Amino acid sequence: MTRKVLLLGAAALAMAPMAAWADGHLSRGGSGHLNIIYWQAPSTLNPYLSGGTKEVESASLVLESLARFDDTGTMVPWLATEIPTVENGGISEDLTQITWTLQEGITWSDGTPLTAADAVFTWEYCTHPEGGCAQASYFDGVESIVAVDDLTIQVNFANPTPFPYTALVGSESPIIQAAQFADCLGARAPECTEANFGPIGTGPFVVEDFRPNDVIEFVANENFRNPDQPYFASVTFKGGGDATAAARSVLETGEFDYAWNLQIDPTILAQMEAQGNGTVVTAFGTSVERLHMNQFDPNPELGDIRSTAEAGPHPFLTNPVIGQAMSMAIDRALLVEIGYGAGGQPTCNVLPAPELYASTANDGCLVQDIAGANALLDEAGIVDTDGDGIREYEGTPLRVLYQTSTNAVRQDTQALVKQWWAEIGIDAELRNIDASVFFGGDPASPDTFQKFYADVEMYTNNFAGVDPQAYMANWACDEIPSPATQWQGSNIQRFCSEDYDALIEEMAATADLERRGEIARMQNDMLIQSYSIIPLVHRGGVSAHANSLGGIRMSDWDSELWNIAEWYRIPE
Amino acid sequence: MLTYTIRRLILAIPTLLFISFIIFIIVKLSPSDPTANLPLTIPPEVREQIRESLGVNDPIIVQYFKWLKLMVWDEPLHLIDNWFGTEIAPPNEPGSRIISYQTRSPVMDLIMQRMPQTLWVVGTSYIVGIIIALPLGIISAYKQYSIFDQLGTFISMLGFSVPTFFTGVLFIVIFAVNLQWLPSVYDTTHVVEDWDSFVVQFKQMIMPVMVLGLFNAAQISRYMRASMLDNLNQDYVRTARAKGLGEGTVVLVHVLRNSMIPVVTVIALNVPAVFGGAIITEQVFKVNGIGQLLIIAIQAGDVPVVQTVSFIFAVLIVLFNLLADILYGVLDPRIRYD
Amino acid sequence: MTDPDRPGQPLMTSGATPAGAAPVTDPAEPTVSRTIQERPPRNQWFDVWDQFKTHKGALFGLGFFVFALAFILIGPLIWTVDPQFADIRARNSNHMLACFRAGGGEGAWFEAVRSCFANPVEFSRANPGLFLKLSWAHPLGTDQLGRDMLARLMTGGQTSIAVGLTAMLLALFFGTLIGVLAGYFRRLDGVLMRVTDLFLAIPLLPLLLVIIMLFRDQLRSAFGPEGGIFVLIVVVIGLTSWMQTARVVRGDVLALKEREFVLAARSIGTTSTNMIGRHILPNVMSAIMVSATLGIANAIITESALSFLGLGFPSDFPTWGRILFDGTDWLSSYPERVIWPGVLISLTVLSVNYIGDGLRDALDPRIRGR
Repeated sequence: MTRKVLLLGAAALAMAPMAAWADGHLSRGGSGHLNIIYWQAPSTLNPYLSGGTKEVESASLVLESLARFDDTGTMVPWLATEIPTVENGGISEDLTQITWTLQEGITWSDGTPLTAADAVFTWEYCTHPEGGCAQASYFDGVESIVAVDDLTIQVNFANPTPFPYTALVGSESPIIQAAQFADCLGARAPECTEANFGPIGTGPFVVEDFRPNDVIEFVANENFRNPDQPYFASVTFKGGGDATAAARSVLETGEFDYAWNLQIDPTILAQMEAQGNGTVVTAFGTSVERLHMNQFDPNPELGDIRSTAEAGPHPFLTNPVIGQAMSMAIDRALLVEIGYGAGGQPTCNVLPAPELYASTANDGCLVQDIAGANALLDEAGIVDTDGDGIREYEGTPLRVLYQTSTNAVRQDTQALVKQWWAEIGIDAELRNIDASVFFGGDPASPDTFQKFYADVEMYTNNFAGVDPQAYMANWACDEIPSPATQWQGSNIQRFCSEDYDALIEEMAATADLERRGEIARMQNDMLIQSYSIIPLVHRGGVSAHANSLGGIRMSDWDSELWNIAEWYRIPE
Repeated sequence: MLTYTIRRLILAIPTLLFISFIIFIIVKLSPSDPTANLPLTIPPEVREQIRESLGVNDPIIVQYFKWLKLMVWDEPLHLIDNWFGTEIAPPNEPGSRIISYQTRSPVMDLIMQRMPQTLWVVGTSYIVGIIIALPLGIISAYKQYSIFDQLGTFISMLGFSVPTFFTGVLFIVIFAVNLQWLPSVYDTTHVVEDWDSFVVQFKQMIMPVMVLGLFNAAQISRYMRASMLDNLNQDYVRTARAKGLGEGTVVLVHVLRNSMIPVVTVIALNVPAVFGGAIITEQVFKVNGIGQLLIIAIQAGDVPVVQTVSFIFAVLIVLFNLLADILYGVLDPRIRYD
Repeated sequence: MTDPDRPGQPLMTSGATPAGAAPVTDPAEPTVSRTIQERPPRNQWFDVWDQFKTHKGALFGLGFFVFALAFILIGPLIWTVDPQFADIRARNSNHMLACFRAGGGEGAWFEAVRSCFANPVEFSRANPGLFLKLSWAHPLGTDQLGRDMLARLMTGGQTSIAVGLTAMLLALFFGTLIGVLAGYFRRLDGVLMRVTDLFLAIPLLPLLLVIIMLFRDQLRSAFGPEGGIFVLIVVVIGLTSWMQTARVVRGDVLALKEREFVLAARSIGTTSTNMIGRHILPNVMSAIMVSATLGIANAIITESALSFLGLGFPSDFPTWGRILFDGTDWLSSYPERVIWPGVLISLTVLSVNYIGDGLRDALDPRIRGR
């Protein structure tokens, strides 16, 4: 696009408000002030120092990347001119190199031009061995990033990479300004408080005041590339409180315009929405609330070897029939109705999206069938032999310890599932663990989800972006957590199959999208049919915005605020 | 008394060192992890690197002494620099400040940033609590079993027995949602510069201050009443009346002064808690003061913040307990410590 | 000097000598000796009871407390619904008092309420505009999972009152012991008060996390999953709430120690044990009583605050504090979910407070017997 066209476009855009919108709310700053509430407040604005969603999303107002995902999960060029592909020559034939071209004329908010050197610096910053970069995985496999000229960025991979859109793509790995962070490499990163709290970016807003874990004040970026945007002149980004309070401040008191992550009882949310001040919006990504069935024996009597290969297989959960019965007994639709509302859909897949990868082979689980589950167990000879209401399998009563993190919805789910399992003769003891312990990797704590000192555990996992290759590789045999690996590893339920590992290898070498989809579906079905993992709910993000706020296109594939430059105040 | 005070102050140093070590051990031992709140999409190797860069894996003793040195030496220097514009502190370089795990910024800056709203809200509520509680306690005791006493007892026990997370939400639903009189979210960036902005500040403070004040008043008024009752029965009261002193003098000078000992204890004991903030009330009204800083730090396994806030808390507790002990001597000259 | 509002006129001491002024005799003795002339000898506790009876508030308190105990202990035997059972179809039911919200004009209202109480299920079906879901199967309604509120309040009360009483006793015991020792023995003062400072300074939550991590498995095997967490929470609340009592008691003791009657007692060689037991303790009783009554409320609230922060009892283990916390979100649509647990907590605390008041008066020989 030449400058002339741009100018013409700008002129056209500038004319439009005059005609249609006399009050000029679709001009830079014309919509006034925007109030956003995130009940978990951001602790820094440097997403490389903290990988939390709240930090990444708040920083996305300021920092941008080469390409982003829109609300349908489609990749759109952002700072780059187009998405490089093999067809347009942006990706080399051997899949080891991708070349991005920056749009011309983009400047940082301080007026200096954005160059390829900034992208190279970003890579150096995040891959510095002493930096502890939270987004380092986005640069996995990247051998080097080279600035060919001021506008051309070449990313070189060590191995053929069928999906190379990781480094500098999406809100998690934005480009930071080399000039500002030059002295902040490695161990010096924490000293740059000023830079971390007020990064200079190319985005629509500029940080005016940052108070960690409390509030951020943004103002419109005078040097933003689209002269009409952002439509809002300033943004207050408040944190603190809880989800109910955040929903209340948008839907009931109207003090705020946008509230994020409203994980509250759907009935309450619907009642708040009914007051007519605001609208609840949802977006689905890849998050699935699931049950992991421990394939190793977690019996506490085994001491330190429990839940490891040395403990031996689980006395009954390795039998798919039992897992299948447990899955059939669950009424997923009811779980959604009670705990998730619009923010959830029943699912039978661990990989529910994007559409290309979503299998339909297991959809039978969507309907609860307690009688069928009972019949299945009876048929398999797993019956109650001692009359205590609990079935026995080879002499072992089917009693499970069912753990999850502390969270109202999860505890409600636990209570319901426990009841359903009781109806098919399986007894569950419930346990909930503080989230900071459960998801914490402290090898000394017995309660981490990796250690899995229980029979069944429940939580949500997902993958960032749209490519499931790395995610599906989580269930490789050598990903099983064990003391030897400091309990690190993502194969939580300790599933192990040679066939599955072969599919992982095939996936890593396949570039053809159709075939990749096929492999991913096969992997998904293999996992589900082993009944070592029972998917429950496909979870989406739930947010709410005031009815006077327009232009929102909520996405779960990128930051929810990815198109905030286009948000505007609807005139009364 | 002076010797006693000096001796107690000197004794406070080893006490505080010991307390800080115990707190450190407890905070370190507790099984929370600074990377726990990150999304699960961040792989374990990266988490390990983050932990490594934070210095979480150093031996506990090393970490403790590093922290202690910064706490008692470097940080006070920075504070002096900050206040008087001097430059006596060592320049900023790795390991010259206590750095929070979550924000990667100096803990002291965070605390200073949180202080104003905490003092405004929690401090005012404490003063309001005392102002309500003292007359309430005195009159309740003097007119024991009168309607006033019964009502006072009922309201103060109600205030004490209903948790602030409930009263807070109740107030919000009534005054912010239904009546739309008051804001439900506290604006920490608000600056008071003229009458109008003062009104805004006043409005946003009413609810949290009343919720906390009610709770404080309930507690203090119970002690005040009980202690007054004890003293009203004493012989010296009869003597004072027999001497022909006015009823006001008897009650407000003689009885009150002698009744203050347990009340002073309770008031002094809770002053450090003012600086500690109020975890639940701050959360309900989004005040984001010290209490919220502490609870977020605990949830995020942010050891330096938890440790530093707790230590400052400990210093205040030791100081105010000393103050209470000195006040005992003032209120009752017969109490001697030497 | 006479005060018509004050019954008993405590200041007109003549025959009976107050504990403070007559250190050599048992505080209760003079009263007993006087009554001997009129009636056969009787236990001093009868006198305490006699005095206690005259305190209306205390009687009310005792009455309610007995009722609360009956509600939580005998109630479950009569109302045998399982508090854990989620009756999904009945979820979000209203309590029966919602019948009074039935519409209709002056006369019609009575009729509507009557038919509502007579057949609530039919009534709520016939009046969809009222958004009521009523049934005698759940007289106090159900929660969002359809668990019966009445049954939950009964079992929840068992835990809450047990936590309140045990934690209070624990705190009271440590607080009084440490406070008296520190106030009375100057040599112990420094050490004990520094220990108190230490406990005041320790942040409760990390401490709880550490204790849970270190002892949960042992306690779980010793007391079972629910008993284990009960012991844990009681101990933690008890261990972290005795400091205030200790400081208050110590302050009182420091002042008492310098009073004439203590000096007099010391001058005739009273041993320390006797001194504390006979002269100090009875005189710090009022401070201890206040601590005790506040202590129960404090324990119940701390337990609910722990739920608020995600620690505390497992979710399928109801307590009054937890039910109140869970109900807070439903405040505007289902007020009964906060009213019932709120009323129960407040009345329990209030009744304990009145019992404390009455006991304090009844145990005070200067008041008793007049």
